[in-house]
Amino acid sequence: MEPNQIAESLKGEFTGEVVAVKEFRGQTGITLKKDRLLDIARRLHDAPEFSFDFLRDICGVDFKKIKTPRFEVVYNLYSMTHRHALRLNVQVEIKEFVPSVTSVWKTADWHERECFDMFGIVFDGHPDLRRILMPEDWAGHPMRKDYPVAGHEDEEWPGFRDVLKKAEDFKKFGWYK
Amino acid sequence: MDKTIKTQEMVLNMGPQHPSTHGVLRLRLEVSGETVVKCTPFVGYLHRGTEKLAEGMTYLQAIPLMDRLDYISSMTNDVGYCIAVERLFDINPPLRAKYIRTMVSEVSRISSHLLWLATHALDIGAMTVFLYAFRERERILELFEMLCGARLTVTYPRIGGVRNDVTQEFIDTLYQFTEEFPDKIKEYETLINVNRIWLKRTVGIGVISGEEAVNYGLTGAALRGSGVDYDIRKHFPYDAYDLVNFEVPIGKNGDVYDRYLCRMEEMRQSNSIIRQCIEALPTGPIMTSDSPKYTLPPKDKVLNNMESLIHHFTLITKGPMTAPQGEVYVATEVPKGELGFYIISDGTGKPYRMRVRSPSFVHVSALPRLCQGGMIADVVANIGSIDVVLGECDR
Repeated sequence: MEPNQIAESLKGEFTGEVVAVKEFRGQTGITLKKDRLLDIARRLHDAPEFSFDFLRDICGVDFKKIKTPRFEVVYNLYSMTHRHALRLNVQVEIKEFVPSVTSVWKTADWHERECFDMFGIVFDGHPDLRRILMPEDWAGHPMRKDYPVAGHEDEEWPGFRDVLKKAEDFKKFGWYK
Repeated sequence: MDKTIKTQEMVLNMGPQHPSTHGVLRLRLEVSGETVVKCTPFVGYLHRGTEKLAEGMTYLQAIPLMDRLDYISSMTNDVGYCIAVERLFDINPPLRAKYIRTMVSEVSRISSHLLWLATHALDIGAMTVFLYAFRERERILELFEMLCGARLTVTYPRIGGVRNDVTQEFIDTLYQFTEEFPDKIKEYETLINVNRIWLKRTVGIGVISGEEAVNYGLTGAALRGSGVDYDIRKHFPYDAYDLVNFEVPIGKNGDVYDRYLCRMEEMRQSNSIIRQCIEALPTGPIMTSDSPKYTLPPKDKVLNNMESLIHHFTLITKGPMTAPQGEVYVATEVPKGELGFYIISDGTGKPYRMRVRSPSFVHVSALPRLCQGGMIADVVANIGSIDVVLGECDR
């Protein structure tokens, strides 16, 4: 099935949910509202004519000062049987919840955790939403556009003090000068 | 003895400094006796913020960052990144460059699989395989040194081609290597293929069905061991993969042993691809000249042609100034699995968002599924069989 046909049939089935259909370099992306994402995901996974059994990737994008729903969560789907691909761009405003798709694709678990860690997007219904790459007591979400690359200068990670203290303690062994 | 014996579950911390976790992976194991009840991986110790750093760099500057993702097979990462950017800019590299990139990617795949075999066997207790595999890996690293001067972090491919042409000496040495390598694979297989201890440790361990493996997002040999025919080189052919003949080995049972067999057969196929590439290597340029606004001009033109000098200068300092706006997701088959790059371009010289979908990250997330219900000793076999590199996992 061609990605455009999939977009058309989604438009017919979930009226008002599909905001736009983009095509670039032979890849089709559908921009969606977030409310009925779980239904759409389940339909795409289960229906034999779509059968998107493989979720390749989930990532967040921060469109600060460019678009009005500030964030987008991007789902890259692929079907092993039909060999067609589709991209879902789900719009989400700051402090809004996105339904979690872990019940459909298990691989979404860690991708959503990373998305929460890096962008602060909260996934509703996720079984274990914790930080994954950054330390648990880290303040802020590093991949946001308003987060400086070198980190905030005035805010220090509390764990850093422990590391410094440990280095100080090692001095008594004489090999750290 | 009227007291009843009470048992309780124990929490065991494995890593981050553990020789069998292949990097800084920490596992929190809840064990009941010898059986693993719950396994929780903790990653992020090697997080360097590659995606954030790439947003502040031009497309060309980000290539060395990709080397440092999967540092065992940096060549395939670079090729994957360059292909993603080429797709974004709609650049078609010349045929010779395509063949060279296919060739060096497969050399890199063999090197990565050799390191996997060495450490995986060492974890399970076969030390000789480690020494045998490193003997051949050293020859490959010497080949890379001959090719571009670096052994591990090569930065050899460029957007629109490769950095320098291959020498005849390199081709001859590589061809000599491919002639001898199948015998070496036989040597490894003689050591462990029907070794009783090896079979006891791997057959029926960490079984995952094909359907479940797809749901967990496994790719590469970890997925093919479960009998799913998914290889990006066949599904989305890039470079010269549609011009060479090779087979994709498929397993049946989805256990550690089948994943091992798949990777061993993949090395043979890679060897055959390298030979085909050398035999069919066409002559011609190694860098495309169709899109001078996106690709680096050759050095002699930079020195003698003013237009090329301007293009070179803007590409190096600001990046491509007329980049098309859009977004692409392009995946390539690296030794570990599917390495995807999702790049959003906003028309400036730097990517607006550069997402790296790393196979190791997804594989580690499936580790609890493989380990729970098994023995503690099998955790090590499972970590080896999904072939993770934590530099790529944490990015």
